[in-house]
Amino acid sequence: MIRFDKVNKWYGPDVQVLNDITAEVNKGEVVVLCGPSGSGKTTLIRTINRLEPINSGTITVNGQETHAKSVDVNRLRRDIGFVFQQFNLFPHMSVMDNITLAPRKLRGMSRAEAEEKARTLLVRVGLEDKAGAYPSQLSGGQSQRVAIARSLAMDPPIILFDEPTSALDPEMVGEVLAVIKGLAHTGITMMCVTHEMGFAREAADRVWFLDKGVLLEDAKPDAFFSSPRHPRAQRFLADLRH
Amino acid sequence: MLEIIQNNWMLLLIGQYPNGPLGGIVATLLLAIAGLALAFPVAVLLAVARISPFRWVSLPAAAIVHVVRGTPFLMVLFWSYFALPVLIGRPLSGFWTLVGALVLYESAYLAEVIRAGIQALPKGQEEAARSLGFGYFRTLALVILPQALYNSLPALIGQFVSLIKETSLGYVISVNEFTYAAAQLNSQLLVQPVEVFTILAITYFIICFTLTQSARWLEQRIARSRQGRPGRREAQPQTDILATEPMP
Amino acid sequence: MGYEFDFSAVLTDQYIDWLLAGLRVTLLLTAGAWALSFVVGTALAVLRATGFRPAVWFVSTFVEIHQNIPLLVQILFWYFAMPEILPESWREWLNRNNSEFILAMIAIALCHAAYISEALRSGLRAVPVTQYEAGRSFGFNYIQTMAYIVVPQALRLSIPPLVNHSLLLFKNTSIAIAIGVHELTYQTRQIDSDTFRTFEIFLVATVLYLVLSFIIMAVGNLAERRLGMGVR
Repeated sequence: MIRFDKVNKWYGPDVQVLNDITAEVNKGEVVVLCGPSGSGKTTLIRTINRLEPINSGTITVNGQETHAKSVDVNRLRRDIGFVFQQFNLFPHMSVMDNITLAPRKLRGMSRAEAEEKARTLLVRVGLEDKAGAYPSQLSGGQSQRVAIARSLAMDPPIILFDEPTSALDPEMVGEVLAVIKGLAHTGITMMCVTHEMGFAREAADRVWFLDKGVLLEDAKPDAFFSSPRHPRAQRFLADLRH
Repeated sequence: MLEIIQNNWMLLLIGQYPNGPLGGIVATLLLAIAGLALAFPVAVLLAVARISPFRWVSLPAAAIVHVVRGTPFLMVLFWSYFALPVLIGRPLSGFWTLVGALVLYESAYLAEVIRAGIQALPKGQEEAARSLGFGYFRTLALVILPQALYNSLPALIGQFVSLIKETSLGYVISVNEFTYAAAQLNSQLLVQPVEVFTILAITYFIICFTLTQSARWLEQRIARSRQGRPGRREAQPQTDILATEPMP
Repeated sequence: MGYEFDFSAVLTDQYIDWLLAGLRVTLLLTAGAWALSFVVGTALAVLRATGFRPAVWFVSTFVEIHQNIPLLVQILFWYFAMPEILPESWREWLNRNNSEFILAMIAIALCHAAYISEALRSGLRAVPVTQYEAGRSFGFNYIQTMAYIVVPQALRLSIPPLVNHSLLLFKNTSIAIAIGVHELTYQTRQIDSDTFRTFEIFLVATVLYLVLSFIIMAVGNLAERRLGMGVR
């Protein structure tokens, strides 16, 4: 579903953000990316929908080479949901309008149809009573759940999460993770950058460990947490336990 | 002073109208409104061009803005006075000469206000819209401009006050407006300049101050509507450093 | 547009002399009004910073009055109305000493002093309270904290608006034409009515204004880069 082939990204000769990344995510799989800050995990996930350009290599999504010049990037992005650390809800629109904007304007859905769909999604994220609210009236956890519903409204076969709980107060992490867990293994392909190792253990099919732009581990969660091979992964896990 | 107002309020309010051209306070306000209404769309285009990723779009826009910012309004007014009739091939009334100058001059300043509004938005807003699959222009139209224009509303009112003040320079090329009416009155009465110019100053003050205050009120309202989001790690609003400990 | 440009008609020795005379007055007016406005503006900002109620009230009234009345009206007021209010001896002194220039300078300076005091105030307000608290926790008193920690930062934050208002002040000296000060715009119109080469002479004048404006902008950029906070 998503294939990285010798992907490199650098800023000038000295700063290599992504170093020869080669890996693959299968359809319906859940992959958790972890690693110390500055390891390139956020950059990697942002290259998939071309929020970040790459310098060499190829990324193929559903058989299509995403960084090719000929690719209509807007069309590509409709099929890749993206959830941000800072939610990035549109503050000038109600929750309902945040969710229905893209289906209406990009898929030509009627307002009634789009709102119907939005209501189903709001039920799914547990916010059916917030349709008329504005983002400024929501808590962080509620905002992030609306952002997830907004991404799902386009029925993307792939959804990417960039540290979805890092901007939340601790008591709100659980509600957001519960929603993400509910999505896992429903057929949607998921990649998630996160520091929540409990979530990785429970929901992930595979864990990728990045450090200094290099993909050091690609393992099943059990194997990764019980016996990480690379010393840097061992140190990372040890630091997390403290 | 009251007697002057009593005897001449029609002149100060509408000039010689209906026996002559419209003037006075009404003309001043109409000039400023027409100037703002026509400058606004130009300013939006200029602002959007200024932040364009294409240098062949952003550079000319930046050049226009800098040239206008470097030129006194009076120079722009004289250019409008001499050059606009030549450009459009027919004579132009004083009213539209002044409106032309206001549009030329204020588009550049308004464009900078709008550009600041756009650039003050978090980068995530653009990224979120682009990630959903919206193109550059739809992202601007649906997500960026509605927020940027709303947030710059107080600054836009401030710019409207500038426009009102700039209309007074129509006096220099004898456009019928409020300052011109007052100057006419002054040369009619001859011996009461203090009274006449006090009336002139106070009237401008009342109009402009009311607008400035409403801009401040709006600014606070907008600021308040962006606060109060529980459960988010956000920087605390800064309080006035001088209010924490007044000097003894 | 069959207009043929002919710069030789306006760039004769005589007219160049007129232009240079106008330029000289514009520069003198700018320098005088600028210096005066910074002195008054700083004084107003300091007065306001004391927090002494009558002082705060006085400064904010001064600021509102000068920001909400067109500069032209302020200049006309100083020219037509002020001499009537002033004592006889002052009026005579003014009449002997180029009253247009002096009154225009005062009017422009006081108007921009209002903006300058506001720029300084907003700089002060932009310094985080934590900086002040840090100063006090070292054991500095109020004056020391302000002098060593807060004011230097505030000044740097104020540079962009101060440069902006310096530029506006320079441009606004052209309004002095309204009371007959022989500055650059005035001389331009004189040459225009002498030669009827309108486009040529206004082009020359506009370029002169632009060059001076760009110099002010460049100096401002330099000041901001040298003294400013830089990118953080």
